[in-house]
Amino acid sequence: MPSLATSLSNARSSADGMTADVRLTDAAFDPAALLSAFTGRFGSAGGVVSFLGQVRGGEGVEALELRHYAPLTLPGMEALAETALARWHLEGLLVIHRHGVMAPSDPIVMVAAAARHRRDAFAATDFVMDHLKSDSWFWKREKTAAGWRWIEPRDEDFADRARW
Amino acid sequence: MAKLVFLGRLEDRAGCAEMAVPAGPLADILARLDSALALDLLGERVRWALNGRLVGESEAMVLGEGDELAFLPPVSGG
Repeated sequence: MPSLATSLSNARSSADGMTADVRLTDAAFDPAALLSAFTGRFGSAGGVVSFLGQVRGGEGVEALELRHYAPLTLPGMEALAETALARWHLEGLLVIHRHGVMAPSDPIVMVAAAARHRRDAFAATDFVMDHLKSDSWFWKREKTAAGWRWIEPRDEDFADRARW
Repeated sequence: MAKLVFLGRLEDRAGCAEMAVPAGPLADILARLDSALALDLLGERVRWALNGRLVGESEAMVLGEGDELAFLPPVSGG
């Protein structure tokens, strides 16, 4: 699990003093405002890539709940961000993840990477998302008319992670 | 006393998110639990964290006063 992060170290972040902005929150967040603040902060970056994950609608889903385990979840997210900083040339990295109960269309997760060149920003964002999905300490359940049901990771999630 | 923490679907199996148990050998603690729950906790895909750090899943563990052992089933984030 987050052990990969420690093995790859945070050399880059410590070398140039850059640290990621990593947040775990039980409050709704405004993706547009966050992205605007992020691009404002890294105006010299040639490219910014962002991903926004929202609660999927349809299929009778009334609510989604994400649980976490405080001693592990945020430290694991921070280690993941450090790994991304060490692996790609980034000027900035934002990782924000909700926990708690959400409704369809609510933002769950946002990752944004700023880099001088776009490939680094695309790859880092993709990498962080793949690891948030299947390698971070979150447990998800959804509520339908039949009640709450825990969501198991999909095989695709593991396959996505294995690409790295 | 020590504390067991059940994450994800294990919380439903246990009927609670946390359980206070007398400190001592984990094997004794598990033996006092519902046997179906104990079997789930020992499942191959369940990771354990002792006081916030991942540890090897060993029934030989002894929980001391104030220890917190968390049982972590497969994750699903994002």
